Amino acid sequence: MSGSFDILIVGIGGQGTILASNILGEACLIENRHIRGAETHGMAQRGGSVESHIRIGGEFGPLITPGEADLLISFDLLEALRYSHFLKKDGKMVVNSHLVLPTSVFVQNLKAPSEAEIVAALKKHPLCLLDADSLAVEAGSPLSANVLMLGAASGVMPLKPESLLEAVKRLVPKKTVEINVKAFEAGRNAGGTFR
Amino acid sequence: MERRYLLGNEAIAHACVESGVDFISGYPGTPSSEVIDTLRGQPDRSYYVEWSVNEKVALENALAAAWCGVRALCTMKHVGLNVAADPLMTSAYTGVTGGLVIMSADDPFAHSSQNEQDTRCYAHFARVPCLDPSSVQDAHDMILEAFPLSEEFGLPVIFRPTTRICHSKGDVDLGPAVPGGRKGEFHKDPRQYVVIPAHTRILHKKLNEKQPAIRKRLVEKGFNRYDIRGKTAIIASGIGASYVLELLPDDVSFMKIGAYPIDEEWLGDFVKKHEKVLVIEELAPEVEETVRQVAGTVPVYGKKNGYAPYEGELSPATVAAIMEKAGFLKKKPFAPAVPVQDLPMRPPILCAGCLHRGMFYAMKKVFKDAIYPSDIGCYTLGLQLGTVDTCICMGASITVASGMAHSGETRDIVCTIGDSTFLHTGIQGLMNAVYNGADMTVVILDNRITAMTGHQPNPNTGTTACGVEIPAVSLDAICRACGVNFVETVDPFDITGTVNVLQEAKKRKGVKVVIARQMCVITARRAGVKRGRYAVNVETCTGCGTCVRFGCPAIEFTDEKARINDLCSGCSVCVQLCPVGAIGREGKK
Repeated sequence: MSGSFDILIVGIGGQGTILASNILGEACLIENRHIRGAETHGMAQRGGSVESHIRIGGEFGPLITPGEADLLISFDLLEALRYSHFLKKDGKMVVNSHLVLPTSVFVQNLKAPSEAEIVAALKKHPLCLLDADSLAVEAGSPLSANVLMLGAASGVMPLKPESLLEAVKRLVPKKTVEINVKAFEAGRNAGGTFR
Repeated sequence: MERRYLLGNEAIAHACVESGVDFISGYPGTPSSEVIDTLRGQPDRSYYVEWSVNEKVALENALAAAWCGVRALCTMKHVGLNVAADPLMTSAYTGVTGGLVIMSADDPFAHSSQNEQDTRCYAHFARVPCLDPSSVQDAHDMILEAFPLSEEFGLPVIFRPTTRICHSKGDVDLGPAVPGGRKGEFHKDPRQYVVIPAHTRILHKKLNEKQPAIRKRLVEKGFNRYDIRGKTAIIASGIGASYVLELLPDDVSFMKIGAYPIDEEWLGDFVKKHEKVLVIEELAPEVEETVRQVAGTVPVYGKKNGYAPYEGELSPATVAAIMEKAGFLKKKPFAPAVPVQDLPMRPPILCAGCLHRGMFYAMKKVFKDAIYPSDIGCYTLGLQLGTVDTCICMGASITVASGMAHSGETRDIVCTIGDSTFLHTGIQGLMNAVYNGADMTVVILDNRITAMTGHQPNPNTGTTACGVEIPAVSLDAICRACGVNFVETVDPFDITGTVNVLQEAKKRKGVKVVIARQMCVITARRAGVKRGRYAVNVETCTGCGTCVRFGCPAIEFTDEKARINDLCSGCSVCVQLCPVGAIGREGKK
């Protein structure tokens, strides 16, 4: 509605969605653009499904309306499907191929879709699927998967890669700058020509 | 001026520093906690900051500081204001000399709360000004005005952000920090500070006399403002105002309400310039009721005639739907979007290695047909394990247990309460239960921290809000001082030992207390505690599912065998549960 570029980042509590949101915010400051965001705090973070709304160029409320998001970045395969209705018709997806099944599946013996079924369902949208967990380990730390995902999505976002990289350097812990820069670049390579 | 991308609560904290705040107190509660967490974490603090044991204690401390002439901030969540309501109501009579801002954060949709009450009703009830921000920048700017406003009228000012302000983010323009830490001085004046009947009657009259000037001032300050653009109008408050502005047609007038009480004369003039008005606000119809009082024959659309919901939170889509239904939008701006159906839910869950899970398991093993009153904390998630039968408000596990025990209910009653909640409002209930001879077991889930709200220290932690080491209170000694004879501390990772103590408690009459003590697994990890992981020996595992039913997120079940994933933090409880000894240290057979 307002001409903002709306990104939904989803995952499981503890996967680093909040740091990812902060990096996008910092990149917007670098480019002198407005930004609005909303995220999950408190008890919902305990291993639950979490979402971070980011509206680049946003000047009104922080929430993205279902059916309106330009981009979905998901740190988990199942969560990508859970939030896929937030995307607009031609909205894009950058998804970690790693799947963590909810504990409820084992405890209550619930039926869960298979990885192949999920991927097939996601393909309704332009999809960039990557094994962020393995690539992050290669980059030097499994904890850099969130930054790696941003790298993979950087070709689709209306922010310069230099701004994103500068934001990464400013926000990650000092000791991990090198690993995270490597992770960001690995993500950019994995994203490849995804535009 | 500096621009930063901040969480609403961080922007609020920064504005307090820009206001030269001197004294800060509060009790953690989502979505309010990060304000004090930000302030206590600043390296060069010139102000005093504490986590208090509950909201009543916090407010009375802050009120006293404001009586001594310094600027004070007191933070809590909406339901915390119920606990602090007693000092709140009379603080409006005594007034303040230094600015006192009471931040009470509302939680529409009850994202992390037991109800959806509206703090604005408390401000109305107490007759104190209330500020209601519509964005992160607005929240920041309002705090800058809140302290002088409090000082101008000599009244506490309530600041009421909601979850979508506290936990939303935006680019915020910030001003420079102003050092606080002025020295307070109390000027004795019994007619002001001793509310005996003769004094309080006069103070009540003075409070009422302040009201017309407050209403005018809030308009002059620009908190309440309007823009006339057409024959119809929307009046909105809080985050709802931001949603409306994104959708507002060019020919519809707009009024933003950011502060209460609303000047009725000013409001009436605006309403009467229009053919119809729509009111958009979250929770109680606080604005709408005032609009209806002054609207005369102008039709008003809102909650009271079914156009807007009383419950839940607003969103751009719900606001669009209300505007369309009331005839303020010609067509729906958003196409319906349907989520994928029948996906397995992923609700929040107790962490792998959480002490509560082991304790709940032992409780169920010993007290098979019992009633389990519980309380507010991470452990309310024990609902998923069948060990939470009631939860109403802070401290109510022990009181609900004693009430049931005296009601004639014959089953065993075993209640659970966390250490922070016990210190908040649990002790009185325990004293009462012992005093009146209840027959029940109290389990104090002692993880040494206020975990759910983000790991704030409490008197049981051994450090203050600012990290100064202090002697931790003794939960054991408190229980004994309340008159409990059976007080035992157990390690909930030791299932056999815990079961033995619970069996002993089951045999005895009266109030028994079992303290289940282990560090919160998150603080333990941060403190560098390493226990080593466990693994399932696939050849020994019979696939019986005993460990899976324990509900630990580190245990998965595929191809008829259990498997332990990398979330394992080494609590070893599953090792004790496995009937065939298939679980052992990772890397060993």
